[in-house]
Amino acid sequence: MRFKDVFSIIGPSMIGPSSSHTAGAARIGLAARRLLGVMPDAARVSFYGSFAATYQGHGTDTAIAGGLLGFRTDDPRLPDAIELAEEAGMELIFREGKGLFPHPNTVRLELQGAGGQRLSLLGTSIGGGNVEIVEVNGFSVKFGCACPALLVRHSDQPGVIAALTAALQQAGLNIAGLSLSRMERQGEALAVVELDGEAQQGLLRQIRGLPNVLGTDYVNLNGEEEESPFELSDAEGAK
Amino acid sequence: MNFRTLKELSERSRESGLTIGRLMIQQQAKESGRDEAAEFASMKEYYGIMKEAVHNGLTRDTTSRSGLTGLDAQRVAAYNKSSQPSLGGDAGRAMAYALAVSEVNASMGRIVATPTAGSCGIIPGVFVSSQERFGWDDNRMTEGLFAAGAIGYVIANNSFVSGAEGGCQAEVGSAIGMAAGALTELRGGTPEQAVHAVGLALKNTLGLICDPVGGLVEIPCIVRNGFGAVTALAAADMALAGVRSVIPSDEVVQVMLEVGAAMPEKHRETAGGGLAQTPTGKKLMEGLRKKKR
Repeated sequence: MRFKDVFSIIGPSMIGPSSSHTAGAARIGLAARRLLGVMPDAARVSFYGSFAATYQGHGTDTAIAGGLLGFRTDDPRLPDAIELAEEAGMELIFREGKGLFPHPNTVRLELQGAGGQRLSLLGTSIGGGNVEIVEVNGFSVKFGCACPALLVRHSDQPGVIAALTAALQQAGLNIAGLSLSRMERQGEALAVVELDGEAQQGLLRQIRGLPNVLGTDYVNLNGEEEESPFELSDAEGAK
Repeated sequence: MNFRTLKELSERSRESGLTIGRLMIQQQAKESGRDEAAEFASMKEYYGIMKEAVHNGLTRDTTSRSGLTGLDAQRVAAYNKSSQPSLGGDAGRAMAYALAVSEVNASMGRIVATPTAGSCGIIPGVFVSSQERFGWDDNRMTEGLFAAGAIGYVIANNSFVSGAEGGCQAEVGSAIGMAAGALTELRGGTPEQAVHAVGLALKNTLGLICDPVGGLVEIPCIVRNGFGAVTALAAADMALAGVRSVIPSDEVVQVMLEVGAAMPEKHRETAGGGLAQTPTGKKLMEGLRKKKR
């Protein structure tokens, strides 16, 4: 089921004009910011398909900028997000990409953080403000942002997933979805775990300490962190 | 959710003795792990935002950023008061309210996507005008929104709700179906009648392309929301009168999928065809580009 619940149909509460081209784009931007962990210094945004054809009219560029600033879909500052991003020191490049993707509303975000953090993400906006992330740093993935998602980078070795799911079980967290992708056999791999509840910092630390785990990223678009205004970016960068 | 089709939805509703709206509240709580009261409160808040959007669209300057649209809801509302609208007052109000919310959306105001922003006027138009007419309280309207959401959930998962995937039929069409089914239930219709209303409504928008001028959610989206609200009232009336969708509503949803999948890309929210590529449409688009530079 692409659409999981009633609020993927009624909602989100949002600033117009388009749920797929504005609200969905803002959510992709926000998901990317969460994955990067900080407000990006530089963002290169490539639009494809219907996004490429109509992004200016729909304010898709503005919405992506708003997401990167940490805005929710109904943040009244959203219409001015590009100016606000530039004021905050973000370098933004928007371009129309060439290439065919299965979904008409596709965008690639290439982000760079002040601390050298980098992220390449491909996201699609599937309607009504709902999104799917389909690629992260070269790994094929598929997760919506309806529930919290935990991304675990690891070496492709036996037992990593068993240890990971055991840790989640201990924390009492149910797994809503699980997908795996690897660059090559025994090479770098990525597990994406969609969760029915929130993962706490302690659990994430514990998972990072597991054998063969290289790192974790965590995205929760519905959590309180979504409230964090872009003014917090300095504090985040200092971490 | 314990249903995947409209037929299953009406069966689960009948078996449990719950309205479609109450069934959806129960299923939503199960899906989210939150309690029913919390889910209800979230939806009620959305209804508040819808009413606020109706009000804003009738009282504020809704001129869009492009300058192409705005204030039509206020024109229709004034005409409704001063003249004898052909539709009659109640349907005229539903139309004005739907236009109002759509114009708020186009002018970058706050709305609730139902199911999308492009179709955000239809459900508030039908709901807020019916609430005023029949004196229903907000709790009842909120339950109605869950019913609309249940219908939309089935349509979205069996077909689509975005113009880029399936054309305007997927957005405005789905919203009309959702509003028609929910209104049928709010007015005391059975779950079966509500599902017939969905099929009747969807049949009327099959094939509708998504061809916005300049790619903006303005022309023809806004007026289609006005028309959509009126169509939803008509479909609910037909269903309540006992008119059935002879082609079962689930099969109509499949037709929407078939037609949308066959729709050329230029008619799926790319501004590459339809009204967007008429001589006037192109001229307006060119004007917008110059303005942007």
